[in-house]
Amino acid sequence: MISFINILVNGLLMGGIYAITAVGLSMQYGVARILNIAHGEFIMVAAFLTWMLHTTLGINPILCLAIVGPILFVLGYLVRHYLFKTLKEKTPSPAAFEGNSMLMAFGLLFVIQSLATYIWGKNIVGYDFMRYSVYLGEIRFAANRLVIMITAVIICFLFYLFLTKTRTGKAIRASSQDPDAAALMGVDINRMLTLCFALGALMAGFAGVLLSMEYKLDTFMGMGHTIIAIIVMVLGGLGSIPGSLVGGFILGIFYGIVSGIEPGLTEAAYYLLFMLLLLFKPSGLFGR
Amino acid sequence: MTNLSMTVKKNIPYIAISVLILALLAAVPFFSKPYTVVLLKNILMFAALTLSWALFSGPTGYISLATAAFYGVGIYTAAYLGKVLPLPVMVLCGGLASFLLALIIGAITLRLRGIYFAIFTLSSVELIKQVLHWFEITVLGTRGRPVVKISNTTVYYVVLLIVVLLMVTTYFLKRSRYGLAMSSIGSCEDAAAHIGINVTWVKVLTFALSSFFIGLTGATTATGLIYIDSHIAFDLNYSFFPTLMAIFGGIGNVFGPVIGAAVFSYLREILITRFPYAYMIIFGAVMILTILYLPNGIIGLVQTIKDKVLGGKDATASSRKVN
Repeated sequence: MISFINILVNGLLMGGIYAITAVGLSMQYGVARILNIAHGEFIMVAAFLTWMLHTTLGINPILCLAIVGPILFVLGYLVRHYLFKTLKEKTPSPAAFEGNSMLMAFGLLFVIQSLATYIWGKNIVGYDFMRYSVYLGEIRFAANRLVIMITAVIICFLFYLFLTKTRTGKAIRASSQDPDAAALMGVDINRMLTLCFALGALMAGFAGVLLSMEYKLDTFMGMGHTIIAIIVMVLGGLGSIPGSLVGGFILGIFYGIVSGIEPGLTEAAYYLLFMLLLLFKPSGLFGR
Repeated sequence: MTNLSMTVKKNIPYIAISVLILALLAAVPFFSKPYTVVLLKNILMFAALTLSWALFSGPTGYISLATAAFYGVGIYTAAYLGKVLPLPVMVLCGGLASFLLALIIGAITLRLRGIYFAIFTLSSVELIKQVLHWFEITVLGTRGRPVVKISNTTVYYVVLLIVVLLMVTTYFLKRSRYGLAMSSIGSCEDAAAHIGINVTWVKVLTFALSSFFIGLTGATTATGLIYIDSHIAFDLNYSFFPTLMAIFGGIGNVFGPVIGAAVFSYLREILITRFPYAYMIIFGAVMILTILYLPNGIIGLVQTIKDKVLGGKDATASSRKVN
C-alpha cells in the first residue's frame, strides 16, 4: 500500500513540471500552428541561465523565474517575428506551413544546442537547492520537488486565468478557434500569434528554471523534454490548459508506475504510450 | 514505351554526363589515396540515404523521420549476419529486414497525416533504440557488438552501385503510372483516393521500397564501423541529415538529393573533427535559410536562373519539373 501511495506522490510531484512544459508547447502548436521541436532547447537554455545566475551571482532560483522568464519571452518573440512569421508569409497553405515550420524548428534545435554546447561545454552541471527531506506521513521526498510542483501549478493556474479573463487572453483564444472570424472582429492575428509563441517560450523558461532546482543539467537534455511536452499536449488535447495539467499528472503517475516495475524501459514506455495515443485517440482527453 | 524512349532521347546530355561521372567514380580507387576513397564512400552513403528519403517523401509530401530506424536495422543485420553470410547476401538481408519493418510501420502509421506522421516515425526510432538497449543489457547481458571489417574499396563499389540503382529507380518510377499516383497523393490525397488510386497501398509500398534501399546502405556501410550498439546504429542524426540534405539540394529531380548530400557530407568531413559545434550550427542555419529562401533547393535555384537566362522560354515546362 505504501509503495502504491509512493508511486502516486512521486507521480504527482513530476506532474507539475510536465504540465508547464506542455502548456508552453500547446500555445505554440495549438494556436500558432508551430510544432516547436526546439521547445526543449528553450527549456535547456533557461535551466543553464538559472544555473549561471545562481552559482555566479548567488541569486535565489525562485527569483530567477522573474529574470529568466522574460529573457525567454523576448527570445521567443524574436524567433517568431524574424523566422516563423516570414515563413508563414512565404508558405501557400497552412498544411505546408506546419511541415516547414517543424523542419525549421529542427534547424533551430541544432543551432541552439550547438551554441549552448560551445558556450557551456559538455559537462553535467547542477546546484543544490532545498535538497533536504520532507515527510508526508511515511513518504519521504526532497523539499525542492514540492516547491517545483506547487510553483508549476500556480503558474498554470495564473496562465489559465489570463487566457479566460483578460481581453488579450480572449483574443488569443479567438485566434486559435477561428483566425478569420477573429481578424474580422478586429483582432490583430499576427500580433496574437507572435505573442502566443513568446508566451510558449516564457513557459519553457519557467519550466527550465524549475527543472534546474532538482535535476542535473547538460546541453543535450532538450529533446527528452520536447518529447514529454508533445506527449502531454496530445494526451490532454491540443490547446487545452486544464488538459495539459491533467495530462501532466497522468504522465507523472504513468512514469511512477513504469519506473517502479522496470526502470530501464521508462523512456520506451513513453514512446509506446505516445504512439498508441496518436493511433487511437489523437484528439486527447480534452480535445475538441 | 515510345513515351519512354522519347524521354530518354530528350535527356541524352544528362545521361551522357551521368555515365561519364559514373565512370570517373568507378575509376577513383585505382589512382587516388585511400583517404579519398573513404571520403567519397561517406558522400555516397549520404547520397544513398537522401535519395531513398526523397523517393518516398519527395512526391508524397509525407515527412518521414524514420530513416535512422531502417538504417539501424541494416547495421544490426550486418553485425549479426556479417560473419556467416557473404557480403551480397548479407546486404540483401539488411534491405529485406528494413523492407519488412517499413511494411509494419507503414501499415499502422500512414493513416496519420501531416506532422503527426513525422513525429510518429521519429518516436518509432527512439522506441526501437530504447527497447533494443534494454534487451541487450538485461537479457543478453552485453552492450553492442563488433562488425566484420570489409575493405573500403569493396564497400565503396557496393555503395556506388546502390546509388546508381536508386537514381535509376527514382527516374523511372517517377515516369510510371505508379509515380503519377504518388505525386497525386502529394497534391491532394482525397482526390487521389476518389479517382481510384489505392492510396494506402501505394504509400506503404513506396515507403517500404525506400526503406529497402536504406537497409542496403546500412548493412553495407556498417562494415566500416568496427563496433556498434543501439545508440550508434539508431542515431537520430541519420533521420535529420538526409531530410535536410534533400531539402537543401531540392527534391525536384534525381540530382538534387545527390548535390545536397555531397555538399553537406563534404562540409561534415572537413569540419566535424576540428570544429564539431560549428558544423552543427552551420547545418542548422542552412536548414533554416533553405526553408525560408530556397523552398525548391539548389536545383530550384538553378532552374530559376536557367529560366531567366533563357528569357522565359520553356519556363512552364521547367517549373513543372521543379515542382
